Amino acid sequence: MKVSVKKSRKNLKSQLAQFTGFLFLRLAVYSVLFILLYFFYDIGHQGYRAISWEFISQVPKRGMTEGGILPAIVGTFLVTLITALFAVPLGMAAAIYLNEYARAGRLTRLIRLSIRNLAGVPSIVYGLFGVILFVNLLKFGTSVLSAGLTLGLLTLPWTITASEEALKSVPDSYREGALALGATRWQMIRTNVLPYSIPGMLTGAVLGLARAAGETAPIMFTGAAFYLPFLPRSLKDQFMALPYHLYIMATQHHAIDKARPLAYGTALVLIVFVVLFNLGAILLRARLRKRWRH
Amino acid sequence: MESNIIIPAGEIKIAVEGLNLYYGHKQVLKNINLSIPEKKVTAIIGPSGCGKSSFVRILNRMNDLIPEARVEGRVLIDGENIYDKDVDLVALRKKVGMVFQKPNPFPKSIFDNIAYGLKIGNHRSRAELEQIVERSLRQAALWDEVKDRLHQNAMKLSGGQQQRLCIARALAVEPEIILFDEPCSAIDPIATARVEELIHELKKDYTVVIVTHNMQQAARVSDYTAFLWLGELVEYDRTEKIFTNPANKMTEDYITGRFG
Repeated sequence: MKVSVKKSRKNLKSQLAQFTGFLFLRLAVYSVLFILLYFFYDIGHQGYRAISWEFISQVPKRGMTEGGILPAIVGTFLVTLITALFAVPLGMAAAIYLNEYARAGRLTRLIRLSIRNLAGVPSIVYGLFGVILFVNLLKFGTSVLSAGLTLGLLTLPWTITASEEALKSVPDSYREGALALGATRWQMIRTNVLPYSIPGMLTGAVLGLARAAGETAPIMFTGAAFYLPFLPRSLKDQFMALPYHLYIMATQHHAIDKARPLAYGTALVLIVFVVLFNLGAILLRARLRKRWRH
Repeated sequence: MESNIIIPAGEIKIAVEGLNLYYGHKQVLKNINLSIPEKKVTAIIGPSGCGKSSFVRILNRMNDLIPEARVEGRVLIDGENIYDKDVDLVALRKKVGMVFQKPNPFPKSIFDNIAYGLKIGNHRSRAELEQIVERSLRQAALWDEVKDRLHQNAMKLSGGQQQRLCIARALAVEPEIILFDEPCSAIDPIATARVEELIHELKKDYTVVIVTHNMQQAARVSDYTAFLWLGELVEYDRTEKIFTNPANKMTEDYITGRFG
């Protein structure tokens, strides 16, 4: 007997099940996309009107109802820089230790579990911890430094986890091959593991930093200022930051009507900042991958 | 456990004495005693899971990478116990090279693959490196195929070429012993024939230990054969003896394909 391969009534039921299943999944994707696109459209559309050369090159004026947001741009940039300098090397080093040196055991498992859990701690808790540790105990005061380090703590769990994933993606055969040729453990890591995991590590780190750049809660107690019509001159100065400025313009300002367009403008600048960051990560990864292309 | 041959003390390269290997609570190798002669090919055969790969990984201490692995007994190479506390693992692994089951070239150029073991060791001049790379590739019968593209990525080579590259890489650090862990299980028959030919060449200068579950391969390339079964050494003898007139019934059943 020859079986026909054409669609027929016999398998109508499974065809229908497949159709409805995919329809549901497709709708899920479209609704997420729609929300996201509308969100970008609204901010882009409204924010675009506020953006001008003056807006990004001037300090705020007249109780933040006019002028620009230069101090907030510079502040966010500086804080993110401190965060990067603190969290990226430390996170990579911790990941290398955990993945390459630490013996798999109960202690290592506990450390990993703690790191995963730290990633879920609300950012306001980091903010308060930063006040205690950096502002008060280490006497850095409310400053760029304190805020940057606090954001660094916040991103560390992400940086460590992303770096560990990048290290895990390097096949063990590279490690065994190197050791079998008489490499020491560190030589093996330096020459045969790190070169292939650094693109992944940096990507993870940059994504973590982009998140940190948009945080408000950790910096509002540790260094971000309500209104400073000048740029920070040292790491011990207070600063303005884009997310905190946005929060104030949107919810704390007395003249809502005048502040609203500026709030949209600030939101747009912040989003562009984060997008540029992520774009940088993608380009960096592509470049590094190419160099070590298999 | 039967070891029917006695290798004269002067010809012994590796002497394994009362070796037990555990992974956690599981005993993988049970009281292994055998002597591997110098500049000969010794094959380790046995069914999957009998401990033959674990056995060769004992000989250059690659099992150290497995956290729960525990070794008892002695493994003497040139009379030195490699499980002593004062053993330099770097020196050991330079002396005892290894070729793995799956070809594992590094994603670097062919040249850098071969030079890897030299570059991490003491510094050598470029000219010296070039000379050793060429010599190693010639030894591994790969030179003619790659001499015009030494700076191409080694991942682009075919599987069989990759395995010969790995052999050349091991040869470049001038080992005395080379361990092959099922070197042909991931490559095609023609490439296999070339690797076997190569192993035959190598025994002029090196002591070779090869793990294989291909019995014809063991018969073709080796001088001595050890048959492992469930972590125990069942029989160890000259290869021709093992394959024509084994002393043990189990060995006979295995080589004639009745189990395994």
